[in-house]
Amino acid sequence: MSTPTTAPAKGRRFNGLPFIGPSVTVLLIWMIVPLVMTVWFSLQRYNLLDPTVTGFAGLDNYEFLVTDPDFWASLTNTLVLVGAVLIITVVGGTLLAVLFDQPFPGRNIARLFAIAPFFVMPTVAALIWKNLMMHPIYGVFGAVARALGLPAIDWFAEYPLLSVILIVSWEWLPFALLILLTAVQSLDREQLEAARMDGAGAVAQFVYIVLPHLSRAISVVVMIETIFLLTVFAEIYVTTAGGPGNATTNLAFLIYARALLQYDVGGASAGGVVAIVLANIVAFFLVRTIARRLEV
Amino acid sequence: MATLRLRGLRKSYGTTEIIKGVDLDIADREFAVFVGPSGCGKSTLLRMIAGLEEITDGDLFIDGTRINDVGPADRGLAMVFQSYALYPHMSVRDNMAFALKLAGASKAERAAKVAEASRILQLDAYLDRKPKDLSGGQRQRVAIGRAIVRHPKIFLFDEPLSNLDAALRGQMRIELARLHRDLKATMIYVTHDQVEAMTMADKIVVLQAGRIEQVGSPLELYHHPANLFVAGFIGSPRMNLLPVRATGADPAGVRVALPGGGEVVVPVDGTRAAPGTGVTLGIRPEALKPGSDGALAGEVSHVERLGGLTLAHVAVADGATVVAQIEGSAPVRTGEAIRLTIDPSATHLFDGDGRALPHRSRHPLAA
Ligand SMILES: Nc1ncnc2c1ncn2[C@@H]1O[C@H](COP(=O)(O)OP(=O)(O)OP(=O)(O)O)[C@@H](O)[C@H]1O
Ligand SMILES: [Mg+2]
Repeated sequence: MSTPTTAPAKGRRFNGLPFIGPSVTVLLIWMIVPLVMTVWFSLQRYNLLDPTVTGFAGLDNYEFLVTDPDFWASLTNTLVLVGAVLIITVVGGTLLAVLFDQPFPGRNIARLFAIAPFFVMPTVAALIWKNLMMHPIYGVFGAVARALGLPAIDWFAEYPLLSVILIVSWEWLPFALLILLTAVQSLDREQLEAARMDGAGAVAQFVYIVLPHLSRAISVVVMIETIFLLTVFAEIYVTTAGGPGNATTNLAFLIYARALLQYDVGGASAGGVVAIVLANIVAFFLVRTIARRLEV
Repeated sequence: MATLRLRGLRKSYGTTEIIKGVDLDIADREFAVFVGPSGCGKSTLLRMIAGLEEITDGDLFIDGTRINDVGPADRGLAMVFQSYALYPHMSVRDNMAFALKLAGASKAERAAKVAEASRILQLDAYLDRKPKDLSGGQRQRVAIGRAIVRHPKIFLFDEPLSNLDAALRGQMRIELARLHRDLKATMIYVTHDQVEAMTMADKIVVLQAGRIEQVGSPLELYHHPANLFVAGFIGSPRMNLLPVRATGADPAGVRVALPGGGEVVVPVDGTRAAPGTGVTLGIRPEALKPGSDGALAGEVSHVERLGGLTLAHVAVADGATVVAQIEGSAPVRTGEAIRLTIDPSATHLFDGDGRALPHRSRHPLAA
């Protein structure tokens, strides 16, 4: 009796290793080789300005990194940049999504305009903001300020990090809006009507029905944006080049500066390893909280 | 106390009028059922009563107070949606307590009312579950529970059982009827289902294309349909409708000539059916029985056997087909010639405009 019952089970037990093996191997090499090289370089004395200095450095590069005030500033800047942009885009995106879900004349055109910035490449976006918007003499903001009789603000000199945050938020707001708008549209209208019958006003409907419905989409937006915002580079390179001083230097820009301005490959690699660790910590928490969310 | 009065209610979307003037009174504790073909405006009318749909014209009164401009939450109504519209991220308990929470009820009051509703609906075991972890029937009960906790004056149901299977529908039908008795509330119920309408209603409202065709008790509509539409809509299988000619008055009613040569006397008032006028004869399927002296002759074209009932489709002269509903498993066979006797008391006559000629006596159960 046992043979007929076990035979199909055995036949169904499918050994997929030969099939997924090649792609797993390729991906592993793809990921492992750069990672190992980065870790390796971070333990080497390796400066392109002085090829005579070579050899194993131990943890010197790391020590040099953590004792450098620029590093801690860049870490803070990275977190402030990511956090601020996330807050602006998620809050703004949610409100705009609810707004653009209401019927009003010209809604489709308005949606198109609101989503357009996403298709502008970062370098171009940064140049537009730098020269056409925030420039104290030629910029729109300056002109408006002067028209109101106020002194024009030199944004990149006075509020450098805020300026970068504004530019990056402008780029990412459409993404949040797009995801959240589709989520809002998928909300069952009868739920809102049921809430209305239950006595929920506009605010209560938003808080108790719309927001919980959006929580999943918001998690997705936060996760995807975080991954990209940790590596913001072009906007900083084009506008402030990390300055004034280190005011807008984030980790990505610090690594770039170490490797390609100071030619210190060892130090830059140490920074890279820190960035990898940081990204993994963030990813770990994000994936954990979001995985829990997605179960609902 | 909750009476509802609709006066000249109209609804237009742009230039298309959907509800074309509805006058209706629903008494306290009445179970009113809206029926009608798809798209006739049943849901729209219900949503206008609920306050979810703006009223274009006319007046809506609850207990004599005009409430056209009162918001949905303040009308003292509760609605059960066809899709249930439960809040997916809230537990069953929170779903039911939501309205109370918004109304600022205390925790203890909320708990008490939810406990009462869940006892009535036997939901105690599921209070901490999310809607997605419930079966269709349980979700349905939560939706009803959400309505009960508010102690509304009037319950509104929009096809609440249409997503359930036949067995569960039968069970929920009985539960709803029991609920109606226990809660002593006024209920308005929209359905497609003949059986639901006939079994649950105190009053059926037949709608067609945004107008009321007839209002009455289930048996009143069945035995005294006001017009051809109601006659064809109420009853399953449908009433047989045959174009015939009135041949003369009779002490018992109007004599009409049947296709194929027979005659039948329909017990209706004949003032509007002078001899020679074309009228429509309606015969309920159960009023046709096989019999060698039957007035209607034809050939069996198709037989449907339901076990307890046999439906014989009979092609009569002039190309018309009638359906005879015969008790039990009758020995009729496709292709054989058959004669059908007609029970005159279950026949109806409609004039050229489709209006019923009044019966000479009312059916005893359809006062
Ligand atoms: N927002 C709207 N704009 C325009 N027409 C509408 C709108 N809502 C409903 N209608 C129309 O109103 C008519 C009545 O719709 P309603 O939903 O009340 O029908 P119903 O009797 O409930 O039908 P069913 O039995 O299929 O549910 C339909 O012809 C529908 O197309
Ligand atoms: Mg409907």
